[in-house]
Amino acid sequence: MAIIKKLKAVKINQNHLLGIQDLSFSQVSEILNQAKTFITLNKSSSKKTDILRGKTQINLFFEPSTRTQSSFELAGKRLGADVMSMNIVNSAIKKGETLIDTAMTLNAMHPDIIVIRHQDSGAPNLLSQKVNCAVINAGDGRREHPTQALLDALTIINRRGKIEGLKIAICGDILHSRVARSNIYLMNMLGAEINVVAPKTLLPHSIERLGVKSFTDMKKGLDDCDIVMMLRLQNERMHGSFLPSAREYYEFFGLTPDKLNLAKKNALIMHPGPMNRGVEIDTNLADDINRSVIREQVELGVAIRMACLKIYCKKN
Amino acid sequence: MKEKYLINARIIDPKNDLDEIGGLIIDTKGLIKAVGKKVSNGNLPSSVDKIDLKKQVLIPGLVDMRVFIGEPGYEYKENFRTLSNAALSGGVTSVVSMPNTSPAIDNVSMVDFLKRRGRDKSKINIFPAATLTKDTQGRQMTEFGLLNRKGIIAFTDGTKTIQDPEVMSRIMNFASQSNSLIMQHAEDNILSKDGLINEGEISTRLGLKGIPFLAEKIIVERDLSFLEEYFCRYHISQISSKKTVSVIKKAKKEGKIFTTGVSINNLSLNENDIGDFKTFLKLSPPLRTEKDRQSLVESINDGTIDVIVSDHKPQDEESKRLTFAQAATGASGIETLLPLALELFHNKSVGLKKLIASITSNPAKILNINKGNLDMGTDADLCVFDIDKPWVVDKGKLKSKSKNTPIENRKLQGQVQKTFVKGELAYENL
Repeated sequence: MAIIKKLKAVKINQNHLLGIQDLSFSQVSEILNQAKTFITLNKSSSKKTDILRGKTQINLFFEPSTRTQSSFELAGKRLGADVMSMNIVNSAIKKGETLIDTAMTLNAMHPDIIVIRHQDSGAPNLLSQKVNCAVINAGDGRREHPTQALLDALTIINRRGKIEGLKIAICGDILHSRVARSNIYLMNMLGAEINVVAPKTLLPHSIERLGVKSFTDMKKGLDDCDIVMMLRLQNERMHGSFLPSAREYYEFFGLTPDKLNLAKKNALIMHPGPMNRGVEIDTNLADDINRSVIREQVELGVAIRMACLKIYCKKN
Repeated sequence: MKEKYLINARIIDPKNDLDEIGGLIIDTKGLIKAVGKKVSNGNLPSSVDKIDLKKQVLIPGLVDMRVFIGEPGYEYKENFRTLSNAALSGGVTSVVSMPNTSPAIDNVSMVDFLKRRGRDKSKINIFPAATLTKDTQGRQMTEFGLLNRKGIIAFTDGTKTIQDPEVMSRIMNFASQSNSLIMQHAEDNILSKDGLINEGEISTRLGLKGIPFLAEKIIVERDLSFLEEYFCRYHISQISSKKTVSVIKKAKKEGKIFTTGVSINNLSLNENDIGDFKTFLKLSPPLRTEKDRQSLVESINDGTIDVIVSDHKPQDEESKRLTFAQAATGASGIETLLPLALELFHNKSVGLKKLIASITSNPAKILNINKGNLDMGTDADLCVFDIDKPWVVDKGKLKSKSKNTPIENRKLQGQVQKTFVKGELAYENL
């Protein structure tokens, strides 16, 4: 804890997990190490602890989400916190109340931690300025999805022992992907080499400035990679001005066995979910237990979120 | 009114190429009677009261070509009285008000209303602009001729761009017959759709949809092509990127006649200032890169850009205390236009006379109004400022009804001390 205190002087968002961009190497290590201790707990028959007994966790999801929301909910419950999930998509809060007003209302209920997902980039930052408790970003717009990147890192470490020196390809809709951004920051910090592979219309401006190499040819981008991280292509992007069709996309950017052959022989396949089988990934590859670690990602996601809840709850 | 004698000032009047220590006499009707070095303590009778300006700078009152007032429809953001107070404290004595009100200024009766309110509630000269198209819808053009007769001196859809090329070409063609001034906010609606900040590394990092520089460039290129065929008085309200500067330079070299403005914000800030989602820096056109900013500053110096505007767009706090995507666009700026412009002089980017011309005589010339100069016999609209006085921007002290300044806590050098309108002392910094 001494190290954390020392860092407090230089970092701004110490009390909140808003993005990988705000984290230091030692903070990332702390989260990953903490999560490792929860992996075994989650596999045991008695999964509940009382680390966060008496604490209140509010899940504030302005965007529909299945796995992230249930993962956070489960994580909170396993730590013994009282978890309340507010599904804003269908609630009255959506009818005109501003984010700040919602924040003030919730703040009055004295939560210890708020987990937020919002369609607007920067919404968690705004929320964190207005509440007295810790804020964890569960995905904001196209900006960041820090816990997803952390669980991806944990999955890789679990399989490969380390991240340093690995070559990672991130493929698909980079432009709209917060998962891609958080992973780029995190894997860079942990010493990996990163290729992003996407059609030009789905590559963000100046992406190389984030420390990656960009490719529009899947074969070149996957060459000699240890990890192939596929991203979801949202339905609405398949038609219209980004891409001509799902068929064309699959032909050139879908992960198929022949494209995967260009990566290292034992390369792992990852996907943040939910998958579009037959659009970004061959359905057999997705289920190949020797190559695909997609289900493991979900499993370790709970451990990562438990670690984050524990660490950030304590800070306030 | 008694005659007033201002002495011992550094008088700068770009129109008359004047920069000398001297004085100015305001006659009993509020007009300028004499100006220059001959007006000195020694030449005036000792019996009269003189105002010693102690070597402060005396310039024509500023002419700001792009100001949003809020009446009618948005009185909670700004009204004529608050705007007038804000303008005076910034040395601005004439403004062109944008027609993006509710309802929009698109017909003759609205102009009457505006002029009456402006005259009753404000002390400054208000020159309302009318819209180019009905309700700024970009389809049916407004009555340029009739509105001209009512005293409208400029036409613009303000925050909106005429998107349809056929409509724009007809507007330019039709406007030429009434010699109307057309001011275009250059931004392609489709390319900039849902865009929030400059497209580039920062937009990628912040996860905000970018506005490409092309959105501005292609509208400017399109309109300049039209200008070859349909010559009219054409003004680009504000530009933001280096690439647009190149287009303008080339067109001016080819002999095309048009004018260009830039917001003081785009000259003083860049996209990095947005930092951690500061909604007060959500502007249109967006703040772009430092290279773009430098190119714009250079364009003031070499005359590619004619005018600096405040792009004063008051927004109430509620409309800014939202996520970046939801927050309103625009910044308050009329009060800090001159001091912020002086920053460019103090850091030796732009010469003083050139700088002052861009906020006085140049806009007046484009608008074809007898303002922004110290000619004898014209209204004594004057601004007196201390060129070196340091101060810090404090939004609590702003006179504007809305406090959305993009430069809160910025240390500025140079402050307005006195503002005269038609010979009356309308503002004094005490």
